Amino acid sequence: MADVKRGNRPLSPHLQIYRPQLSSVLSIFHRITGVGLTLGAVLVVWWLLAAATGPEYFATVDGLITSWIGNLILLGSSWALCYHLLNGVRHLVWDMGYGFEVETADKTGIAVAAGSGVLTILLWLAA
Amino acid sequence: MSFKTSRARVSGLGASGEGTHHWWTQRITSVALVPLTILFVIPFARALGGPHGDVMALYANPFHALVAVLFLAVGFHHLAHGVQVVIEDYVHGKGLRTALLLGNTMFCFAFGFAGIFAVLKIAFAG
Repeated sequence: MADVKRGNRPLSPHLQIYRPQLSSVLSIFHRITGVGLTLGAVLVVWWLLAAATGPEYFATVDGLITSWIGNLILLGSSWALCYHLLNGVRHLVWDMGYGFEVETADKTGIAVAAGSGVLTILLWLAA
Repeated sequence: MSFKTSRARVSGLGASGEGTHHWWTQRITSVALVPLTILFVIPFARALGGPHGDVMALYANPFHALVAVLFLAVGFHHLAHGVQVVIEDYVHGKGLRTALLLGNTMFCFAFGFAGIFAVLKIAFAG
């Protein structure tokens, strides 16, 4: 095992050593939004189960999910979804070997950050 | 003397014992989720806060039922794989890490199947 002989050898610098940059901040947001979407997924499944159970239980759950606190969670989840979707496509483009130049990566990063806000507004307007 | 090729001898080794399988699965599911997310979320958002009958009518439609089932199956698969990597990266205690990995897998299976069951019940039984 690699861990056995590790001893007191120096470790590589951790995250807090580095000055935050656009690409590193967007990268950690990809993780945070991905993990955070667990909450949105739970709400979607709860809502579907409520609909399958019957009209009374559906009215209760639908009312809770569309209450002000529910809407706040939905707003956060929908933004997280839009961000994770757009930045995920950015990652897939990288996986194909394109867009690694710092200037390009910064441009696509700003486009993803701005686009996630625009897409969230469009989704709420469409709903 | 081994008659295996060099490639065959190292295949499946590495820290996870499965090469690039996990990474590649995450790419396949993410590509599939681009259209599935768009097709699922828009009708879902429109039905949210509406009458019960509209939701029943939505998933009685075979196209929307199938989209929902695929979105839930691929989405929870993608979620399970993604959260697994986060746990592996940040949780170092062996006991806690194993417990969280187990919990993550069970949670994603349970909620994924619960959602699929709900959609199928609406689609088949109304």
